[in-house]
Amino acid sequence: MSLAYTSSEMMTVTAARALENGMTCFVGIGLPSEAANLARLTHAPDVVLIYESGTLQTKPEVLPLSIGDGELCESALTTVAVPEMFRYWLQGGKISVGFLGTAQIDRYANLNTTLIGDYQSPKVRLPGGGGAPEIATNAGEVFITLKHSKRAFVKDVDFVTTLGFGRDGKGRDGVPNIGKGPTRVITDLCVMKPDLETKELTVVSLHPGVSREDVCDATGWEIRFAGELESTPEPSAHELEILRELKDRTERQHAGE
Amino acid sequence: MAEFLSLHDAVARYVEDGATVAMEGFTHLIPFAAGHEVIRQKKRDLTLIRMTPDLIYDQLIGAGCAKKVIFSWGGNPGVGSLHRLRDAVEKGWPRKIEILEHSHAAMACAFEAGAAGLPLAVLRGYVGSELPNVNDQIKFIECPFTGERLAAVPAVRPDVSIVHAQKADRAGNVLVEGIVGVQKEAVLAATRSIVTVEEIVEDLTAEPDYHPNTCIIPGWAIDAIAVAEKGALPSYAHGYYPRNNRFYKEWDAIARDRDAFTRWLDENVYDQDANSTGGNA
Repeated sequence: MSLAYTSSEMMTVTAARALENGMTCFVGIGLPSEAANLARLTHAPDVVLIYESGTLQTKPEVLPLSIGDGELCESALTTVAVPEMFRYWLQGGKISVGFLGTAQIDRYANLNTTLIGDYQSPKVRLPGGGGAPEIATNAGEVFITLKHSKRAFVKDVDFVTTLGFGRDGKGRDGVPNIGKGPTRVITDLCVMKPDLETKELTVVSLHPGVSREDVCDATGWEIRFAGELESTPEPSAHELEILRELKDRTERQHAGE
Repeated sequence: MAEFLSLHDAVARYVEDGATVAMEGFTHLIPFAAGHEVIRQKKRDLTLIRMTPDLIYDQLIGAGCAKKVIFSWGGNPGVGSLHRLRDAVEKGWPRKIEILEHSHAAMACAFEAGAAGLPLAVLRGYVGSELPNVNDQIKFIECPFTGERLAAVPAVRPDVSIVHAQKADRAGNVLVEGIVGVQKEAVLAATRSIVTVEEIVEDLTAEPDYHPNTCIIPGWAIDAIAVAEKGALPSYAHGYYPRNNRFYKEWDAIARDRDAFTRWLDENVYDQDANSTGGNA
């Protein structure tokens, strides 16, 4: 019998499953943090979570609202200064996967968190790059998670804050000491991977109940589908229970302070 | 040598109109009380440097203190936009401001280079990013040994850095613990520094929690120390009080509206004095 779950829960559980025990993950705030902690609380108890505030190997009880909540520091193995975080641990090649969210993403998985419109007179000013530009190039690979919509999935981003594969798909070619880049994008509708040749994002797995049309309608370019399209496995009762508990704990704590 | 001053006097003496100021603290230990004192003293034309402008620079920008902001992530963490920053960038209210944006890695390296007395920081950064197209302070250089193309940014050298910390002792030594961010770097990179603290103890090295590797900034590397109890609220001070996440969420509605913001500023900053508490007095 199939369980009742939301498309957001489907996304978080699928994103969590992408992380394996033993990976060292540089975690972005928001959806990536939710997924990474779900992974740690379910199938990957030994996944090492690192946040850019300097907290190494942290095991928060509740999800942090900010990247530097006290909870992250108190539950960490150790906390280092921010320059050390970026220089030794990220740039030094100690991170196997960077887990990022974004406001806009294009067909070559370039990320825009800078602005919508023109740089000099923006329509919407977004927060900016933060840790992402170097996480995306200095981590071994990158997972991206965000909700699927036409506004977010555009043919060409307004601004490349963070490199996926560049405006032509060749942005990493010939660059020394650079990670593999985005290896999967997990949304509330599907999972995408870059085409091995062109690097264009391709749907490899549809979530249960989601049609090709649903994905096409929510994507700003003519999205391709893999020849052997899979169906994403549903969340288990255990995963849903742990995720809901985590979110309830978090809600209660953030409301109480 | 650190001098013990009131917060009012420390800001009056070291923060001049037109100065380049870094108020640091990575989510943790953000010097809100000091920021409010800068607003109360109506400092103008400041170049404000901070990796994450956070609510503190949203308030300073909305109050008209800034002419330029150098930053790497300008959002309200976990909540959304900094509406005062956006209003200034998008609509020029209360004045037009210039922005210069970096990535976190570059800014962290630039603070470190400033502390190290170097003119620039070198990093494996900005590969494929379009930030170098809009920030002329990002350049690329060739490694003289390997030929690798590396990013270079100028060191951060503020006229004055302001940070908040847990405690100072009578000799002016300052203890910073928890998420230490770039605070030590900010202090050492600056010409002058002000440190606000929760409390003053007799001797940090005699404290029960003192360890040989405790992060201490020596008093002789600091210019002014001012006591500002709860001076980091609504951010937090590890070991003293938690982050007021609720206020961070409430700020969204306050900052979204110019009138609501102006009222908030009047009640919580202008009508207070330097002895009152931080962001949610």
